[in-house]
Amino acid sequence: MPTRVPVHLRVNGAQHRLEVEPRLLLVHALRDQLGLTGTHVGCDTSNCGACTIHLDGRAVKSCTLFAVQADGAELTTIEGLGSDDALHPLQEAFWNDHGLQCGFCTPGMIMSAAALLDENPNPSEEQVRHALDGNLCRCTGYHNIVRAVLDAAAGGVRV
Amino acid sequence: MSATTDRGDGLHVGRALRRKEDPRLLNGSGRFIEDIALPGMLWASFVRSPEAHARIRSIDTSAAAQRDGIHAALSAADLVGLAGPLPLAWAPAGVEINNPEHWPLAKEVVKHVGDPVAVVVGEDRYAVADAVEDVVVQYDPLPVVTDPEAAIAAAPFVHEQLGTNKVHEWSLAGGDLDAGFAEAEVTIERRFVNHRIAGAPIEPRGVLADFRAGALTLHSATQVPHFLRLFVAILLGVGEERVRVIAPDVGGGFGSKLQVYGEEVALSCVSRQLGRPIKWIETRSENMAVAHHGRDQIATARLGAKRDGTITAYHVKILADLGAYNMMLTPLIPSLGAFVMGGCYKIPAVQTDIVGVFTNKCPTDAIRGAGRPEATHMIEVSIDQLADELGLDRLEVRRRNFIPAGDFPAAVATGVVYDSGDYPKTLDRLLEHVDLAAVQADKERLRAEEIYRGIGFSTYTEICGLAPSRIVGPGGVGLGAGLWESAMVRVHNTGAVTVYTGTSGHGQGHETAFAQIAADRLGVDPAVVEVLHGDTATGPEGRNTYGSRSAAVGGEAIARCAGKVADKAKAIVAYELEAAEEDIELIDGRFAVRGSPDKGRTLAEVAGSAYLGLVPDGMEPGLEETTFFDPENFVFPFGAHACIVDVDARTGKVDVVRYVAVDDCGNPINPLLIDGQVHGGVAAGIGQALYERVHYDDDGQLVTGTFVDYALPTAAELPSFETDRTVTPSPANTLGVKGIGEAGTIAASAAVTNAVIDALRPLGVSYINMPLTPIRVWEAIEEARA
Repeated sequence: MPTRVPVHLRVNGAQHRLEVEPRLLLVHALRDQLGLTGTHVGCDTSNCGACTIHLDGRAVKSCTLFAVQADGAELTTIEGLGSDDALHPLQEAFWNDHGLQCGFCTPGMIMSAAALLDENPNPSEEQVRHALDGNLCRCTGYHNIVRAVLDAAAGGVRV
Repeated sequence: MSATTDRGDGLHVGRALRRKEDPRLLNGSGRFIEDIALPGMLWASFVRSPEAHARIRSIDTSAAAQRDGIHAALSAADLVGLAGPLPLAWAPAGVEINNPEHWPLAKEVVKHVGDPVAVVVGEDRYAVADAVEDVVVQYDPLPVVTDPEAAIAAAPFVHEQLGTNKVHEWSLAGGDLDAGFAEAEVTIERRFVNHRIAGAPIEPRGVLADFRAGALTLHSATQVPHFLRLFVAILLGVGEERVRVIAPDVGGGFGSKLQVYGEEVALSCVSRQLGRPIKWIETRSENMAVAHHGRDQIATARLGAKRDGTITAYHVKILADLGAYNMMLTPLIPSLGAFVMGGCYKIPAVQTDIVGVFTNKCPTDAIRGAGRPEATHMIEVSIDQLADELGLDRLEVRRRNFIPAGDFPAAVATGVVYDSGDYPKTLDRLLEHVDLAAVQADKERLRAEEIYRGIGFSTYTEICGLAPSRIVGPGGVGLGAGLWESAMVRVHNTGAVTVYTGTSGHGQGHETAFAQIAADRLGVDPAVVEVLHGDTATGPEGRNTYGSRSAAVGGEAIARCAGKVADKAKAIVAYELEAAEEDIELIDGRFAVRGSPDKGRTLAEVAGSAYLGLVPDGMEPGLEETTFFDPENFVFPFGAHACIVDVDARTGKVDVVRYVAVDDCGNPINPLLIDGQVHGGVAAGIGQALYERVHYDDDGQLVTGTFVDYALPTAAELPSFETDRTVTPSPANTLGVKGIGEAGTIAASAAVTNAVIDALRPLGVSYINMPLTPIRVWEAIEEARA
């Protein structure tokens, strides 16, 4: 069996100790070991951003990190953004504005947008478009995604 | 339009209702193929050819099979009980088609990069990825052909035994072409290269096959669960009743998941052999190499006209690069464009001649628009070229040739009957949004900065709502397809409603739009209507989702089915109230006696009676109906789009400054969803026009095998879109609806290309082919200067 090493992750407020292969991608630790399947994989090359999560408050592509690199980190995934009873204002805005169709890129898109609004609570349309250029969507043409982020910002969203 | 628009008529169809399916997709609890796991599940990974054309000398799977955690490493010879090769299901009728065998795992010869030669099955995804590297395949390379024009002319042959690369020839002709060209005072001819693109859904494909105890449950990220069930049952030699196909939440398709893929068949077969569920998730690199591509046509379009711009004849000859094999619909795709080759114009003679050709590339098949984007691109760019040739206004030439609004339903030269249309209306509406004088002023102002601004138009119509069986079935043009759609409406004891549709949505919003349709006919809120799709075990046989058919065929089936339920409810209420059935009407959510709204029953009360057996003598208890709807005609959405671009003459870079789309898809079911479909469709068309291209080198190596090399547009490249609608109901269904899923894509590439040509005209460039990448545009400018 391959060597396994311990990794400590705090994910959506819960502490986890995992035994992982050193080469295990962070996204697979989240999906396959913790059952957090809201974080998706859409490419092999860090282009599509479907796997975007927050690591110590920054948006990162979890397919491009090994789980061991996140040892000791505080992670937030789409499951930790809102709650079953209350969607996060960005989730509400995506819903109201039809900012999603198939929904596959959506978790990563929202996590990137949340990181943007944390840094810049009142972005211009151009700033939103550039901030999201690491997240690909094939359904929406980005129109309603951009509108949703601007609407969420107008409502005063902070992560 | 606000998400809570209420027009005061109490109806839900036409309202911009936010989607019922969204909460699960927003909070990470969607259920996509990769999210599904079963006890005892194994993982699979495929060994794929790095060669574009080669004879397989040997495959040694022994080292892979001996690795820890590996259960099997199998090549074609090891698959047990496979009854036949992959299907070419529908093809143009009455023509001879070369259709060499195409197996889920290649036998003897590989014919394009990515062709699978073996599959490894093991305990986790990392283990199988490692083991794939231990499969040793020896290839003897064979000559490669990637250029379709070279391939049609001479050897080497993709399938040596055929002695040709020609797949088929097919023509559609109407009117007297010779007379039309004889009458023409000017003839223009252009060569169109409509390059190869990828569907590129952000979710790659995936399969979870579970064949145990004589029955198969096949989860697949597919658009077509019912087709898949049929063909997997045939190919595995099991009864269709023993096969259940489930399409879970599917992360986009764009035609690329309208297919019966080798992986789906091979893994079902291997699961039967091993008695274990097996999962495979495609990597993006695999998706780019082996999920079928689209377009890839080289065509010559010849347009004849009088000096006043009246078109007299149109002749298009297409060489369609079909790649290495026929897949489910491969040779049919170019033909879909032929029916609307003349666009929205009254042209007395139109002829399309298609030749299909094999090359050592991934097969092509349906990708968003499937034949119609190519057709629209040709007629809409040609009409601009004609206007330029004649020195006439581009919009005036369009108006002179539009099929008049009074002519509908309009029989056109290609033999189909356009259901409804009002082309001047959409163009007029477009021009309310676009101030042509202001555009001209901007052009002149920007010239000083070496920015060349251009505006382009595309006034399109397309054919969708696939499809009337009387036309496409054995009694019609002979495709052998019955493309009706089914619906089942079940009212539960409490009045809650489940709607089963044979369509299989993957992002379009069926769960919302179809709930709106059923709700209006049953007097309930869409919130209590659950729409189920994508599972062959839950409802009647279906025909699934592609070709912008779901609303016009599937939605209509639901409307009719819910209508049948409402009729039964009325009969039950009439019986209870001792009233005449014809006096019962549905008003404000109650089935009530006309003129006495206090005497009535809600759907929940009717359901209570129906399941207690309190029904008239001779009536069955229960409240549930099934409908199969077969349309009388296709539907023909139309519209007018304008694109404004800036071209930097120093670099060749094109920026889309504005994009305005006025579309007419008949009566709107949910405006929010329509706008969303237009946005995404236009983005895909802009993507093809400016950025995207699947590129193979001369050795058949795929150069654009990842998202690093294949340039999908990002948010930073695209503008916000401006959309508007006119409403011209379709007579082909009682809802009056047409399709909107592909319209944006069908319209957009011509609008962009015409805009770029308009921008470059002052520089001496009068014509250019896609993709309009900086290097191509810059080279065109330099050539014109030289």
